[in-house]
Amino acid sequence: MQRPELVCPAGTPAAMRTAVEAGADAVYCGFQNATNARNFPGLNFTPDELERSIAHAHEHGTKVLLAINTFPPAGKVDLWREAIDLGARLGVDAYIVADIGVADYIARNHPDIRLHLSVQAAASSPEAINWYCREFGVKRVVLPRILTVSEIKQIASEIPCEIETFIFGNHGLMVEGRCSLTNYITGQSTNYDGVCSPAADVEYRRDEEGNLSTRLGDFTIDCFSCNETAGYPTICKGRYLTPARDKGYYAFEEPISLNLSSLLPDLMAAGVNALKIEGRQRSRAYVRNVVSSFRKAVDAIMAGQEPPLADLIALTEGQKQTEGAFKSKTWR
Amino acid sequence: MEPVTPTQPDLQTGDIRAPRLRPPLPLFLLQPILRRIVTRIAAQNPDMFNRLGPHRSANFIIDVKGLPFALHLRPDPDDLLFRAVPRNRKPVADAEIRGGFLDLLGLVDGESDGDALFFSRDLVITGNTEAVVCLRNALDDVDGSIAAEVADMFGPPGRAMLSAMRRASARRKN
Repeated sequence: MQRPELVCPAGTPAAMRTAVEAGADAVYCGFQNATNARNFPGLNFTPDELERSIAHAHEHGTKVLLAINTFPPAGKVDLWREAIDLGARLGVDAYIVADIGVADYIARNHPDIRLHLSVQAAASSPEAINWYCREFGVKRVVLPRILTVSEIKQIASEIPCEIETFIFGNHGLMVEGRCSLTNYITGQSTNYDGVCSPAADVEYRRDEEGNLSTRLGDFTIDCFSCNETAGYPTICKGRYLTPARDKGYYAFEEPISLNLSSLLPDLMAAGVNALKIEGRQRSRAYVRNVVSSFRKAVDAIMAGQEPPLADLIALTEGQKQTEGAFKSKTWR
Repeated sequence: MEPVTPTQPDLQTGDIRAPRLRPPLPLFLLQPILRRIVTRIAAQNPDMFNRLGPHRSANFIIDVKGLPFALHLRPDPDDLLFRAVPRNRKPVADAEIRGGFLDLLGLVDGESDGDALFFSRDLVITGNTEAVVCLRNALDDVDGSIAAEVADMFGPPGRAMLSAMRRASARRKN
């Protein structure tokens, strides 16, 4: 069994240093603009910050992967090209991309830098992945979170590139890179602008009894009673009233996080080359706890030992976790 | 004259019940200390203000459950403000952050995750969510611990106090 790379999130330079210290093999990050899918206020890296962060990561043998994983709208492609060229100058180890125009630009202009296919490209079949490899020289595909371990193993046997799978964080069951729910309410696009439920459009209201309602734009998307755990303010995790139901229900997904701690040996045996932790929007405390937990687990498996399973439930969305489709298609 | 009702924490929520009448708190004693703290933190971490973007002039109320007063923060490096305000006379603010003392301490100590505290409902934010997100990201991009920087200002007693609070926080988590 080969040792998989542990790929960890960083939304700030401090988070990147934390990830490096906690044992990340690679850290992924983005610039402070729409070229990445976590274009949140106060998050991400300036060019100077990224330059210093890359130097620090490389000193410790950690790779830096630059997420350029949104889709440039017509007429705005220059921002994406500038980010790509800047990343090359700063010495990133790989780009994570979703758009075929972006992939084509990198393949033509920076052929020596590795190209990883983002989960946002939603490539889930060997045919689709092989096309990306053939056309753009993609070296790794980040698989959507809709495949079982046995399906991943099958795909691994039919493609020429590495496989990266999510192991912790956002459950992400929507068809990734295609979701337009935020766009309907806020006018901002997850795929073009890099922001799902922009904070400027989110409002929390707490009533006298301690109930918390979450609003996005002009719409209430959930209401948590005082003892209920909460989730992110996204439409896909909202609860809705319909005539067919007695009370609000989760029409798309529940607030719940993916946690594949117990499936790590299976994933590694299936030929997964890299294990990804979601959460660039999360804190240093999250990065330190989650990265160090999975570092220990992966190292234990490689040493032939039983992996220690850390209790990460307090860090999960809604304080609930699942192995989702990785374990069973009927997980819900 | 109506008798003074002592301040009582609500055992369900940790809130302070507003008494019908209470003596004015001697907040003026706190103000120079709070001013010194915010000035020191700002001087030691000048880059963090960049993450606040347009919200550096926003006014935040930090409502610590169990304290008989609230805190008013304006993280503008050119016009810094950090002061205690009476609970019944909180100024109009852009956003309010409400949580338990140890939870909020964990955030500025780099030991707690704000999203997790939100999920568990231990942290409540109202008002301008974007301003709060920017403040959270600015504080989280500080290497080390803001709580430790503050403790250092008060020498060995400050560090001992922080150690005691960290132990209390760890005991609660376990």
